[in-house]
Amino acid sequence: MNDSFTVAGKTYQSRLLVGTGKYKDMYQTKAAVEASGAEIVTVAIRRTNLGQNPGEANLLDTLPADKYTYLPNTAGCYNADDAVRTCRLARELLDGHNLVKLEVLGDEKTLLPNVAQTYLAAETLIKEDFDVMVYTNDDPIAAKRFEEMGCVAVMPLAAPIGSGLGIQNPYNILTIIENANVPILVDAGVGTASDAALAMELGCDGILMNTAIAGAKDPVLMASAMKKATEAGREAFLAGRIPRKRYASASSPVDGLFF
Amino acid sequence: MNINVNGESHNVPENCSAKALVEMLNMQNDKIAMEVNREIVPRSQYDVFTLNENDQIEIVRAIGGG
Repeated sequence: MNDSFTVAGKTYQSRLLVGTGKYKDMYQTKAAVEASGAEIVTVAIRRTNLGQNPGEANLLDTLPADKYTYLPNTAGCYNADDAVRTCRLARELLDGHNLVKLEVLGDEKTLLPNVAQTYLAAETLIKEDFDVMVYTNDDPIAAKRFEEMGCVAVMPLAAPIGSGLGIQNPYNILTIIENANVPILVDAGVGTASDAALAMELGCDGILMNTAIAGAKDPVLMASAMKKATEAGREAFLAGRIPRKRYASASSPVDGLFF
Repeated sequence: MNINVNGESHNVPENCSAKALVEMLNMQNDKIAMEVNREIVPRSQYDVFTLNENDQIEIVRAIGGG
């Protein structure tokens, strides 16, 4: 069964997307990303270190462009201007690559999105021909608006970034999915494998996580768990689960009882 | 002349090109992007782009992030 997913005109086999932050070193980054089976990886755009050691391992060499699709993010941006500026630099850096993850944060403690600023950034980026995968909250109205503006994917959070709380609002995520005509990926707040499976069972097209893997005691093992959980959740969704019922329904027939 | 690169003051020759700056910083083999006074200078134009006194320059790269 071909269950690939397509975003911004490119088709992928893996529905698990991973971040590349918070790892111990490049070896661990590479091992974990490989174990996850992810094909799309997020990267951050930051100043070069001017006194940099020229022998220092480089992320783009560790995760080469022929194997991975980069998703530069606008992490750390608290207003639309900074986010747009970051995307333009990312595109220049990555030789005209148009795919970006737009996030505009509202608050340092919760890292929840400033949706109003995100709308402004998305509008500008879409006019400049970026393919915008937008991080937002689990508000179905906001999600629909981002889709209608022309974002190529909408990415509602499960819970605050790095919180590991898992999906806090499954019914909102479900509503977003039911009303969407673009891929919906849960992004942020995933904690462990069951959270990934749950997101996929709701019908998400994909899931994006960083801390859940990089922050685990054994990141490479967790990456493997997440790969399986994403696949399991997706299969369960496609298989069509049984309904939840108030009372029991026996699995063995009553006919032929001998007592 | 003095220019500002990534928040630090640097002294470079007059008529220094963007290309020369990159080489001075030993970044000619790195995947970078450059802004001069908030305008992106495409890599293809580094050799013909001349820097001026007090230019505010940002040089960025891709690093791990979520």
